[in-house]
Amino acid sequence: MSYTYFPGCSLKGLGKAYEESLLSVFDKLGIEMTEIEDWNCCGATSYNSMDEMKAFGLSARNLALAEKYLQGAESVDIIAPCAACYLVLNKTSRYLKEYPEIGKQVHDALSEAGLSYAGLTNVRHPLDILQNDFGLDKIKAHVKQPLKGLKVACYYGCQIVRPYSTFDNQANPMVMDNLMKALGAEVIDWPLKTRCCGGSLTGTVQEVGVRLSYIIVKEAQKRGADVVATACPLCQFNLECYQDKMSGWYKDNLKFPVAYFTQLMGMAFGIDHKKLGMHRLFVPPKAATPEGRI
Amino acid sequence: MPENKSNGGLKIGVYVCDCGINIASKVNVAEVVEFAKNLPDVTVAKEYKFMCSDPGQDLIKQDIKDGKINRVVVASCSPLMHENTFRRATSEGGLNQYYFQMANIREHVSWVTADKAAATEKAKALVAAAVRRVAIHQPLERTRVPVNSTVLVVGGGIAGIHAALTLADAGKKVYLVEREPTIGGHMAQFDKTFPTLDCAACILTPKMSAVRSHPNITLWTYSEIAEVSGFVGNFKVKVKRKPRYVIEELCVGCNLCVEACVFKKPAFPNAFDEGLGKRKPIYMPFPQATPSVVLIDPNTCSELKTGKCKKLCASVCERNAIDFTQKEEFKEIDVGAIILATGYKAFDGKRIPRYGYGKYPNVYSSLEVERLVNASGPTGGELVLKNGQKPKSVGIVHCVGSRDENTNKYCSRVCCMYSLKLAHLIKERTGAEVYNFYIDIRTPGKGYEEFYDKLLHEGVHFIRGRVAEINDWAMTPDEQGKLIIRAEDTLVGMVRRIPVDMVVLANGLEPQEDAEEVRRKFNISCSSEGWFLERHPKLAPVSTFTDGIFLAGACQGPKDIPDTVAQAGAASAEAMALIDKGYVELEPNTAYIRDELCSGCHTCIPLCPYNAISFNHEKKIAVLNGALCKGCGTCVAACPSGALQQNLFTDEQIFQEIKGVMSYV
Repeated sequence: MSYTYFPGCSLKGLGKAYEESLLSVFDKLGIEMTEIEDWNCCGATSYNSMDEMKAFGLSARNLALAEKYLQGAESVDIIAPCAACYLVLNKTSRYLKEYPEIGKQVHDALSEAGLSYAGLTNVRHPLDILQNDFGLDKIKAHVKQPLKGLKVACYYGCQIVRPYSTFDNQANPMVMDNLMKALGAEVIDWPLKTRCCGGSLTGTVQEVGVRLSYIIVKEAQKRGADVVATACPLCQFNLECYQDKMSGWYKDNLKFPVAYFTQLMGMAFGIDHKKLGMHRLFVPPKAATPEGRI
Repeated sequence: MPENKSNGGLKIGVYVCDCGINIASKVNVAEVVEFAKNLPDVTVAKEYKFMCSDPGQDLIKQDIKDGKINRVVVASCSPLMHENTFRRATSEGGLNQYYFQMANIREHVSWVTADKAAATEKAKALVAAAVRRVAIHQPLERTRVPVNSTVLVVGGGIAGIHAALTLADAGKKVYLVEREPTIGGHMAQFDKTFPTLDCAACILTPKMSAVRSHPNITLWTYSEIAEVSGFVGNFKVKVKRKPRYVIEELCVGCNLCVEACVFKKPAFPNAFDEGLGKRKPIYMPFPQATPSVVLIDPNTCSELKTGKCKKLCASVCERNAIDFTQKEEFKEIDVGAIILATGYKAFDGKRIPRYGYGKYPNVYSSLEVERLVNASGPTGGELVLKNGQKPKSVGIVHCVGSRDENTNKYCSRVCCMYSLKLAHLIKERTGAEVYNFYIDIRTPGKGYEEFYDKLLHEGVHFIRGRVAEINDWAMTPDEQGKLIIRAEDTLVGMVRRIPVDMVVLANGLEPQEDAEEVRRKFNISCSSEGWFLERHPKLAPVSTFTDGIFLAGACQGPKDIPDTVAQAGAASAEAMALIDKGYVELEPNTAYIRDELCSGCHTCIPLCPYNAISFNHEKKIAVLNGALCKGCGTCVAACPSGALQQNLFTDEQIFQEIKGVMSYV
């Protein structure tokens, strides 16, 4: 089975570690992805709140480009690892079907650009692919260095389960927990799995955004986790990069690692840390466990 | 029998009803009347404002008496509504009542068609169809069948108990069948009842023992309905009696066997205590269980599981009541009427994971708390947390599984009141601060609003807002070790975090797990939510669409004890009205076989849901028992040689109807 791949801006920039680790892990597992040629902004960011129609237009262009990879199949799967891309591409494909007025405007715009979209795409998250297409048992078979003793707080963020929960429970998602267990790690049970990380408020209303991020990092630490695993570049950024600020504001001394779930997978598979983008993390993961295994 | 006037030439009367403005606002009735006048054999066509009124019916009667017509077509509402009215008018005019046909131009036309011209055209087509059909109607007679005076009541909760006692006191023989080992139902589990706060057991147990000792009631507990056949007045019911491994007639409920059991300590969750209390493999469900007979659970009893037990229970029983060889038994009974009182099941809080039921030990269901505050419950009436301490603060979450698009949209009607009752009891027993999280407080009942007012004065807190989530995530030192309830307080306009020691989920009511299976067995209907459907929501609230089967209590929809008892009384009265009349009239719309066309292929025999068709091996043809046939038409449609026909629905009649529509189109 082969997939198309929509990296989005984050995975080429701030979240490069996510892309590096994802590609290494998928390569190891033999999951093939073809990066969509000439992709553009997914339409998330400010477009969504300023002018939704522009967001649909941008998003739909990507969907239309992906359809070029149909090659006779009934539909084409688009892997969107960034949670924001995943949500907005998903939302657009649904809105185009459900609201004919939006559909018409977007289709008109596409045809002016010489494109067309027939609605034959499925927007999927790598977690969905790993659990439901590939299978946890096959993942287990690739584990070379089980993450034994590592306590992981799986943090899903808001966008991969809300408002659409296509592959997991909305209130208590488990797919990442199951994956971490398959890698030999322990998972901690906590009620903040899908709580807001602060989103873009860390850049706009910082006293609110940073507080929200702090709540999550602190609770993971309190519950005995060694590392927070994320599936979203913005979550990773908020939880990790503002720890100095959190420590200053809340009289704490945080040095808590926040890694992409794909990085933890790569570690378990024994992939070279350079190829997993480990060197890009601000908080050196070694601080987490006394053995210094990560 | 009224004379068949068809030989003297057809004279069809067509009466088109305005139904006030229900029909007339969408259908040009005058145009339909003009159209009808020109149809073949129509001698009279009239418009009238309300055909179902007495003057409307008189139009039909008079025209028949004047010799103007000998067939009747009324174009008005659904036959469900007034077919009988107009058949009676036809008969009172002097014709056979089946020389009548109805065209439904209200439900099928005016109420569902936006365009006036289109509605008028459709009404004409349906009138044309009815005219062609009635022309070949045959005179038919209803048959009378005697009614068996015994009643079956299914379900031994308060609804079934009340219905059985009412009927038995009136001298009727009653079978009361209950699937659990004891009668009492949910009410027996409750502590106090709202709004009077009288103890549920004190008012229920006298009725339970009255059932046990009543000479007119045969009580079969631990039994289920296996099969139902027959028809109104003459049902045949097969009842499965599950083995208790204790001979009911011999056991006196002394409990010596329970004490003697090789399991020294009760080790298995007791269903009556919602799993909070424990029982042994041999047990009495609760002290006032009726019948007062123990039973053995085959899944936990060593003897029944392995055959290797000292059988101490049997050795101490002086009456030799224990019988490990008991097998399930089937009993067949004949009854005239059936009352279904199968109750409800409580919503399972686990279906809303964000409330933490099943995850946090101090999140309880409302039924669990009923048992905890009950003096005969697992803690002897002490309301304590899992760690044995009394809660200092308790949150009650309303509308769990009610008024919720994700679970059930309906209001469960009882939760507000039982939540208030539990709030009162919790405060009385523990002095805890009690917080009610509600959407709206619904207290429409006698003394209910006053009870709510009383609680406000008792200092119970009310926060208006649906609870978002419950978790153990402490933000401040005071929240440490507590359950945090997060909800939007819509009256204050802010999000509240209330730390509490205990959470009670006010679970809503749902149809029983097997409601669909029961519905099929009794051949009745369900609403979209799965509640048993009454014949009419206002005017026939305890009848079903199957004659002779009545509903009582929460199986028809959520209701509290007063409403349940009232409905049980109503269902018994309806059953008695049927029985005391002594006979039922059966519709003649049954199937019949034209012997000369039957090839004996057997196709129809297994299809009949009522076992009305058998095979005559001498003549090698199928034989139909008209008394068992309910006129469903399945065999008629299936017969490959057209030998099976159905009165009122002969092939020719249906073809004429179709031709009527088509000729117009």
